[in-house]
Amino acid sequence: MSKQRKAIISTSPFLHDKATTPTIMMEVVYTLIPLVALSYYFFGLGALLVVVASILGCMVTEYVFSSGEKWKKLKDGSALITGILLGLCLPPGFPLWMAFLGGIVSIGMGKLIWGGLGQNVFNPALVGRAFLQAAFPAAITTWNAPTFGSGWFSLNGTNAALPFLQAENVDAMTSATPLSKMKFDHDFGSATDQALGIISGSLGETAGVLILLLGIYMIWRKIIHWRIPVAILSTVILFSGLFWLINPTIYPDPIFMLFTGGLMLGTMYMATDLVTSPITPKGQWIYGVGIAILVVTIRLWGGLPEGVMYAILIMNAVTPLVNKFTKIKPYGYK
Amino acid sequence: MSGFSNIATFKHGVHPEEFKSFTDKLAIERMPFVEDYILPLGQHIGAPSVPLVKKGQSVKRGQMIANAGGFVSVALHSPVDGKVQAIELAETLTGKMVQSIKIKTDPYSSQLLSSSNPGDYRNMELDEFIKSVQSSGLVGLGGAAFPAHVKFKIPEDKSCKIMILNGCECEPFLTSDHRVMAEYPEDLINGAKILNHFVKAEKIYIGIESNKPDAIAILNKKLENESDWIEVVPLEVKYPQGAEKMLVTAILNKEVPSGKLPLDVEVLVSNVSSIAALSQWFETGKPLIERVVTITGNAIKRPANMMVPIGTSMREVVNYCGGLNTENYRMLLGGPMMGMVQRTLDIPIVKGTSGLLLLTEDNVSTMDEYSCIRCGRCVEACPMFLNPSVLGMQAKKGLWEDMKDNYVMDCFECGSCSFVCPSHIPLVQSFRVAKGILREQKAKKALNNKGNE
Ligand code: SF4
Ligand code: SF4
Repeated sequence: MSKQRKAIISTSPFLHDKATTPTIMMEVVYTLIPLVALSYYFFGLGALLVVVASILGCMVTEYVFSSGEKWKKLKDGSALITGILLGLCLPPGFPLWMAFLGGIVSIGMGKLIWGGLGQNVFNPALVGRAFLQAAFPAAITTWNAPTFGSGWFSLNGTNAALPFLQAENVDAMTSATPLSKMKFDHDFGSATDQALGIISGSLGETAGVLILLLGIYMIWRKIIHWRIPVAILSTVILFSGLFWLINPTIYPDPIFMLFTGGLMLGTMYMATDLVTSPITPKGQWIYGVGIAILVVTIRLWGGLPEGVMYAILIMNAVTPLVNKFTKIKPYGYK
Repeated sequence: MSGFSNIATFKHGVHPEEFKSFTDKLAIERMPFVEDYILPLGQHIGAPSVPLVKKGQSVKRGQMIANAGGFVSVALHSPVDGKVQAIELAETLTGKMVQSIKIKTDPYSSQLLSSSNPGDYRNMELDEFIKSVQSSGLVGLGGAAFPAHVKFKIPEDKSCKIMILNGCECEPFLTSDHRVMAEYPEDLINGAKILNHFVKAEKIYIGIESNKPDAIAILNKKLENESDWIEVVPLEVKYPQGAEKMLVTAILNKEVPSGKLPLDVEVLVSNVSSIAALSQWFETGKPLIERVVTITGNAIKRPANMMVPIGTSMREVVNYCGGLNTENYRMLLGGPMMGMVQRTLDIPIVKGTSGLLLLTEDNVSTMDEYSCIRCGRCVEACPMFLNPSVLGMQAKKGLWEDMKDNYVMDCFECGSCSFVCPSHIPLVQSFRVAKGILREQKAKKALNNKGNE
């Protein structure tokens, strides 16, 4: 193979664009750093450690189980992204060993068994998160109230729980997330609080405005496809706005829908995952609109308070089909 | 089509660094005569030329030394006064050995052009004109070296409404067309007039990428007193703007159907340097015995645009340009996007040599390959609106038939997909292979069918 490679490379083109797969991945990582920092500030050291644990789970799995040049596999940066994203959608008081296990599952089940980078159908971070949700339904729904910078060095008691021992929840400040409040109490809270992240929720869900800005940056840098976020966000506004106009006392307003739960994080970082979203422009529109309709449907009428994860996983599953049926018409076939 | 407020362009494409500043301000220099010339008989697309001279015979500069070997073939002329040394195999592009006429220069000659007068084109019938062009040895100077007269002979069932003179030169580094437009604008305009005397297009556009403002200004000035039969169209600087189909789309907003030529939508596209050479043939009787070549890249000491006699050894040209900076260089013929690697400098400049690129190793990308991350950059780059990502995966598995269903035969190998791919997957490289295999299979099938009949 290596011999053949050489022969191929010695034909044109001899110029190459600067962006490479590792640089693209690292740029995504850089945009995630402010989010991790923010959740550290809001939720204290525990939040940071959850992210670190899930990164470790991902990287170790990638290194141990991938074939071929192992370091090169890590160099492409995709396992790092998966680790950070998984960590960001876990509660700050989440037991670290569970976060680590989640990382293993993300990379193992979400990527490697499919054949590695570029071959997987589902977003690896969401695969890990779905696993954790199924395996530890109690731990993953235990949310902490933000501590606003007073938790630089303090752990959440549950972080240090040992594997398979039932940890006692010693944190007194546990509070319900806005989405479950909305769902079960019809209490919508303040939209500005939600947008700025001053609410409880999983790590990365709490800073909608920041994520939105980071998403716009990534679109500008052409790291993510612009059509997907545009399709998701506008469809969520239109679709949920319709119900809100019909009956604002039962249905939440569109701004609430945009800035609560994992919508913004899911839109900018998971739905736009290059590998698991359609490559054709028309396919990207279909995919985005599909996610938005599923999210709103699950949130308003489904049995769960949050539907972003399932919406994206479902649309991941149909992506190969969408690609197939939205072929681009080549030049000269008018 | 008058008044381009929005600069004309096509959809998709890429923006490689231009690297034109090495040579774009440098006036064309003349390459001095050297001792030996090697003239391959097959330097154009089509049948090789047939020698008219014998070993030991004296020849004059501009004298026809080989005749066209068929309709799709052109004549060949001596670039110097001298003596035929031999007619034998010699190495040419990509290491191929071809029959060539070797000429030793007469050191005492004044090297004045001695050429037969082709006569006034205005008194010619179409067929005479076509024959005359064929005997001038003219081919497309953009790189493909397709016999010009074949292109100029519009088939009975087709017509040409629009003529486009291609001055895009969208390949990075190359500046030979640019310099020809800037220094020989009259020849270009006159050549257009001559050709249009026969083609009878309603309108002629000269398409030039806007990174050549001097050429655009000079041509516009020369065209001030002309009526609007001919017009300069500035185009966006984008690769591959100079591909025929892209150019037709950019200027006329029409698509050339798959598998067809621009002529099928009543458009004739011709390279600007070829048109200037056409004028020189009819005005001065100078056949195609020299051409402008860009010698450039970081590995050459003194980059230049040179008027080089056809048949000059590339090594002589490189030496004249001060030689090489480094031992570790890579040599390309044509531009970096579509050009060919060349193994040795000891081959002659031929009619299709538009540029000689001497790159240092760090200019050349040899990077790790990663898996396809389906970033879609190749999709957004492909001017033919293909899906190189899918084609690339199918190529890895050898699914040639599937590739055909995904239109790989429409790929014209511009290399934009490989240029943008962040995973450095050899996309166009594998498409070339696939196209070759598919073509072979088709030929085999045709042969079998014939056998069965
Ligand atoms: S540019 Fe390369 S990595 Fe991106 S989709 Fe195309 S083939 Fe895949
Ligand atoms: S697929 Fe062919 S036509 Fe399209 S960008 Fe690649 S080389 Fe150019």
